[in-house]
Amino acid sequence: MSSKTPNQKAWWLVLPVVLLVAFNAVIPLMAVVNYSVQETFGNNEFFFEGVRWFQQVMQSARFREALQRQILFTAIVLAIQLPLGVAIALAMPRRGIGLSICLVLMAMPLLIPYNVVGAMWNIFALPDIGLMGKGLNELGFSFNYTRQPVAAWITLVAMDVWHWTSLVVLLAYAGLSAIPDAYYQAARIDGASKWAIFRHIQLPKLKHVLLIAVLLRFMDSFMIYTEAVVLTGGGPGNATTLLSIDLVKIALGQFDLGPAAAMSLIYFLIILLSSWLFYTVMTRDEEH
Amino acid sequence: MARIHLEQLSHSYRPQPRAEVEADWALRGLDLQWADGGAYALLGPSGCGKSTLLNLISGLLQPTQGRVRFDERDVTALEPGQRNIAQVFQFPVVYDTMSVFDNLAFPLRNRGMAEPDVKARVIEIAEMLDLGASLANRASGLTADGKQKISLGRGLVRSDVAAILFDEPLTVIDPHLKWRLRSKLKELHQRVRRTMIYVTHDQTEALTFAEQVVVMFDGQVVQSGTPVELFERPAHTFVGHFIGSPGMNLLPCEIDAAGVARFAGHAVANASRDLNAARGKKTELGVRPEFVHFAGVGIPVQIERASDVGRFRIVDARHGAQLIKLLVAEGEPVPERQAHLAFDAQRTRVYADGWAVA
Repeated sequence: MSSKTPNQKAWWLVLPVVLLVAFNAVIPLMAVVNYSVQETFGNNEFFFEGVRWFQQVMQSARFREALQRQILFTAIVLAIQLPLGVAIALAMPRRGIGLSICLVLMAMPLLIPYNVVGAMWNIFALPDIGLMGKGLNELGFSFNYTRQPVAAWITLVAMDVWHWTSLVVLLAYAGLSAIPDAYYQAARIDGASKWAIFRHIQLPKLKHVLLIAVLLRFMDSFMIYTEAVVLTGGGPGNATTLLSIDLVKIALGQFDLGPAAAMSLIYFLIILLSSWLFYTVMTRDEEH
Repeated sequence: MARIHLEQLSHSYRPQPRAEVEADWALRGLDLQWADGGAYALLGPSGCGKSTLLNLISGLLQPTQGRVRFDERDVTALEPGQRNIAQVFQFPVVYDTMSVFDNLAFPLRNRGMAEPDVKARVIEIAEMLDLGASLANRASGLTADGKQKISLGRGLVRSDVAAILFDEPLTVIDPHLKWRLRSKLKELHQRVRRTMIYVTHDQTEALTFAEQVVVMFDGQVVQSGTPVELFERPAHTFVGHFIGSPGMNLLPCEIDAAGVARFAGHAVANASRDLNAARGKKTELGVRPEFVHFAGVGIPVQIERASDVGRFRIVDARHGAQLIKLLVAEGEPVPERQAHLAFDAQRTRVYADGWAVA
């Protein structure tokens, strides 16, 4: 005879997690959902609008352009940071004092607050007093990021590469040091070239950390705000107005809370879906 | 195909090893010669330098001192890829993203062999290793023994390979497959007659695989011989103790005025050799449990315990503080408490400071 009687009391043990998730995710999100389907003129009066704000955002040229700029920015920084990060990780010393110095150097940009990074590059690239801006002009290039869209983009991309490539380096370095020596030894005995070692040993073994790197860099670069706003403020004109900058302009500049809420949700869904897609495609192989 | 010749080979992992400090050296002054086509085993406990020796032969390490020669060619300074050596590691190494076929073809393609020749060679070797059916499969999907066969195959596939080195290749293989893979190795050796050098700390693996076993201890070769020689005439107490199950009994003994070794007052070893030279050193008597018998007269002992190990019983007998083990065949009686032991004089050895003198 069993003395155990079934009951449902264990559900109470889940309660703390439910509360935690509710407070830090669901409730704030619900506020946004709430705004996204209503119109308000102040005085705490709300009128239900259905999907009107969503339609308006989806149809606006302004959103489409900001999204295009955002996708372009993310594509460029991923295309630069991933290969560059892996290359630096491969070139780093494997042991000794050189390794420690490299790791510290690599970790440094990651430790600087975002708005400081923006301010640093803002000054660094100034055409009249900044080291980079003045230097380029002295060399004969006409470079003024406050007036030339291309110069603004170059500065923005350079700043992000400087800020975040070391994350890829550190991830790739961790992945490389996890490869057992026997693989390299076997490859030496098999007469493999450096390229063959990279192609058939290092790259396959780095697959998982690179997947993480792509995901993190995709999400972060797609959400970039602080550094960009401090650097260019979205200008010149709208040249560097990325999604998040545009969103803040709509929400806090124009105080259009409904469209801003709808845009936030669309923004969120784009990131969620793309990340899921990346992950599914890149891990599909292993399930077979 | 080549004879492997090691001359005064020493290796240290320290940047500045001190010649007189033994602890600085992983390998000290090794001289060995291996005939072409033989099956050899390097046997020794963990940390004795056997893997170091293997890596020196394959070129993964450069020796601090000494020379490695294949036939008359000095290969000491050559890269592993140029040495005509294959090596199978403790943990199976396969190129995950490649098929089994591409894995086996990898060393050939790296050396620029024409594709039709690669194909013919890979198919031949795959058949030999029973991998023919899985050639198109991804190598990463194979079991550990399958992967280990691929590692071996990447060595066999090269027709220029002079020797195949194995570094404890059965460590991660399931016990019931170990035996099969070991038989396969033996069979392959008979078939291809390449020199095979097999590193292990497992005496069963070494003694069943090899024609010649090199026993290493603390960076040095203590004995090199056939399995029978190692069993019957251990050159060093370490060999006697390390090989055999249970190992050799080692009993402190005295050399008497006539130069005869005595244990507990009994003259035991064969007196064919004058032992006066051993006087003053630490002398020990070595006798395997197989060669100790109960007798009417002899060394008086107390019987402590008899443990059944199948076809034999291992009997622990005690003379004073000294434990002596002996093997008693199934069905033979073991005295209850008091007994006398006799040693087989022809097979009792005398060691002075660890090394055999008789």
